Amino acid sequence: MNAGSIDMTHGGGGRAMHDLIRDIFQAHLGNPVLDRSEDAGTIEAQSDRLVMATDGHVIAPLFFPGGDIGSLSVHGTVNDLAMMGARPHSLTAGFILEEGFALADLDRIVRSMARAARAADVRVISGDTKVVERGKGDGVFITTTGLGTVPEGVDLSLSNLRAGQAVLVSGTIGDHGVAVMSKRENLAFETEIRSDAAALHGLVAEMLAAVPRLAMLRDPTRGGLAATLNEIAAAAGLGIILDEAEIPVAADVRAACELLGLDPLNVANEGKLVAFCPAEEAAPLLVAMRAHPLGRNAAIIGKVTEDPAHMVQMKTDFGGTRIVDWLAGEQLPRIC
Amino acid sequence: MRYISEFRDPVLARNMSQKIARAVEPGRDYHFMEFCGGHTHAIMRYGVQDLMPKSVHFVHGPGCPVCVLPVRRLDDAVELAERHQVILCTYGDMMRVPGTARRSLIRAKADGADIRMVYSTLDALQIARDNPAREVVFFAIGFETTTPPTAVAIKMAQAERLKNFSVFCNHVLTPAAIEHILNSPEFAPGGQARIDGFLGPSHVSAVIGSRPYEPAAATYEKPVVIAGFEPLDVMQAVLMLIAQVNSGRAEVENQYTRVVTRTGNRKAQVLVAEVFELRADFEWRGLATVLESALQIRPEFAAFDAEARFALSEKASREVKSCECPAVLRGVKKPTDCKLFGKTCTPDTPMGACMVSSEGACAAYWSYGRQRLPQDAP
Repeated sequence: MNAGSIDMTHGGGGRAMHDLIRDIFQAHLGNPVLDRSEDAGTIEAQSDRLVMATDGHVIAPLFFPGGDIGSLSVHGTVNDLAMMGARPHSLTAGFILEEGFALADLDRIVRSMARAARAADVRVISGDTKVVERGKGDGVFITTTGLGTVPEGVDLSLSNLRAGQAVLVSGTIGDHGVAVMSKRENLAFETEIRSDAAALHGLVAEMLAAVPRLAMLRDPTRGGLAATLNEIAAAAGLGIILDEAEIPVAADVRAACELLGLDPLNVANEGKLVAFCPAEEAAPLLVAMRAHPLGRNAAIIGKVTEDPAHMVQMKTDFGGTRIVDWLAGEQLPRIC
Repeated sequence: MRYISEFRDPVLARNMSQKIARAVEPGRDYHFMEFCGGHTHAIMRYGVQDLMPKSVHFVHGPGCPVCVLPVRRLDDAVELAERHQVILCTYGDMMRVPGTARRSLIRAKADGADIRMVYSTLDALQIARDNPAREVVFFAIGFETTTPPTAVAIKMAQAERLKNFSVFCNHVLTPAAIEHILNSPEFAPGGQARIDGFLGPSHVSAVIGSRPYEPAAATYEKPVVIAGFEPLDVMQAVLMLIAQVNSGRAEVENQYTRVVTRTGNRKAQVLVAEVFELRADFEWRGLATVLESALQIRPEFAAFDAEARFALSEKASREVKSCECPAVLRGVKKPTDCKLFGKTCTPDTPMGACMVSSEGACAAYWSYGRQRLPQDAP
């Protein structure tokens, strides 16, 4: 199904909608559960703890170097589950389509979702489709909800944070935000920077195997590393001190940020995580991360401190100290 | 990155720090005004103050064009967008600055005004070409750095005979502001504040050259060292200023030799002179009225002058009471001296321009340095 575009009949619940579901959604995402075409997807009973997460995706542009709204909608939710130490297994996907949206683009997006889901070993077991009038949507919005199981003994939580723990990052920061920016209409610049969007649960499994006493994980998406660390510091009532020289930033991302007057610390990521662990476990954790393809550029970037003001501070490359602040607003809207 | 990494080298920074520590005379205090908001920002962001001896103090100046724009002019811009229904094109920095009754461009945009953020004047021109049935106004602000691009836009609009493009001109001049500060009672001998020398603005000087500062340096006997924006540039310029002060010299020196020359960018200067002329006076936020300190569009280009095309109403524009932006801009108060700083005035809820603009002293203090808070006695 490559010609034509979405019209209001596709959301009507009638034959047109049924054909759309069959020809695009089931064709690419099909699996034994989804193919039963029931109102809800059945999951076998689980003995381990369950975690569930949801993510709405409104990114513009829909297609960017290294991904699209489809693959992003899989990675985003899978990563929320992965940060809890879960093995993700099932997703639901809700699509809100704008009248006039090209079916060829929808097909491309759903294929990409299917690829991402297969690579992450998750299945889309239930979905929904709605259509809104032209002008009331921006092509397509996708919401995914995911379910995963947390193995016995794994306990990743903000409440595990303690002063003295080490802070690590799994790789270079700012890649996703810059890749998306390079395609924005009034900002387009030539670059080979690609989004880092990827499913992280494989990396997390390796990390847990190497360091069972891992305290907490989080993925720094919108707002970048600075926002994530500030959120964590505020919630935990602790401070964080970073070492700027240790924070990995790709040379072309750094150059693009210099040009645009942005700080890589404030730029979104989609395939990176921040990890907290006891100081003595930092070295073995780093080894485990670097052994995994998604952790090649992992680094120890700082430590947690006692700080009644719960600030995130940084020893600058230059030798001074400064605050790493939480940006007031969005540097760039709709980055994920 | 070339031209960037070398000027942020921590080893060189330590060396420079030691040189500065040896250069300062014991028992002597040095107060240097960094005129330009970009320098304030660089000092805070890299923690340059940490590498200075306690006797070196930075006094923050009014070199933030967003911050010195009087409230009334911002209210005028909002009126252009709301009442005259133009497409108002603005640099991002201006979007969140609060005008009278905290009305900002971003609030006006949320209420339906067509206000668009642009990265350059050329973007605004393109919007004019793409929307021939709409009036497009470019909200021009800035010191001499951004003035040439505005001149280019007006010349291009003229060459293309665009009928729907104009500029709301708020360009201001640096040497006039420096002289005004040096002339003010606060900085006269015995006044409440002190300046021993200036870190001169980097990119303004790339356009105008180092020569325009010479009369002020001679008249007021204060050294000016033009400094680049990288932290090592700032440190080297401080070293040069200390040397001048110690030997009683008051010259204009250029640390930013990789970009600035004595005569500056002649082509840009000619272009600017062709399109703009001096306003008799202009009200600056914080500095009040300064003579011959701002530019207006020449009558030959009146078709591209928003003030000629649109009748702007008289306004009673108001600052927030207790907002100390005016004093901060003059260098007589620090952001932390303002009652509102960090309490009612934060980047989320700015009371004045100094907290919103990326070059504002208050924003720089908040974002980078509020954990250290007042340590310097003036």
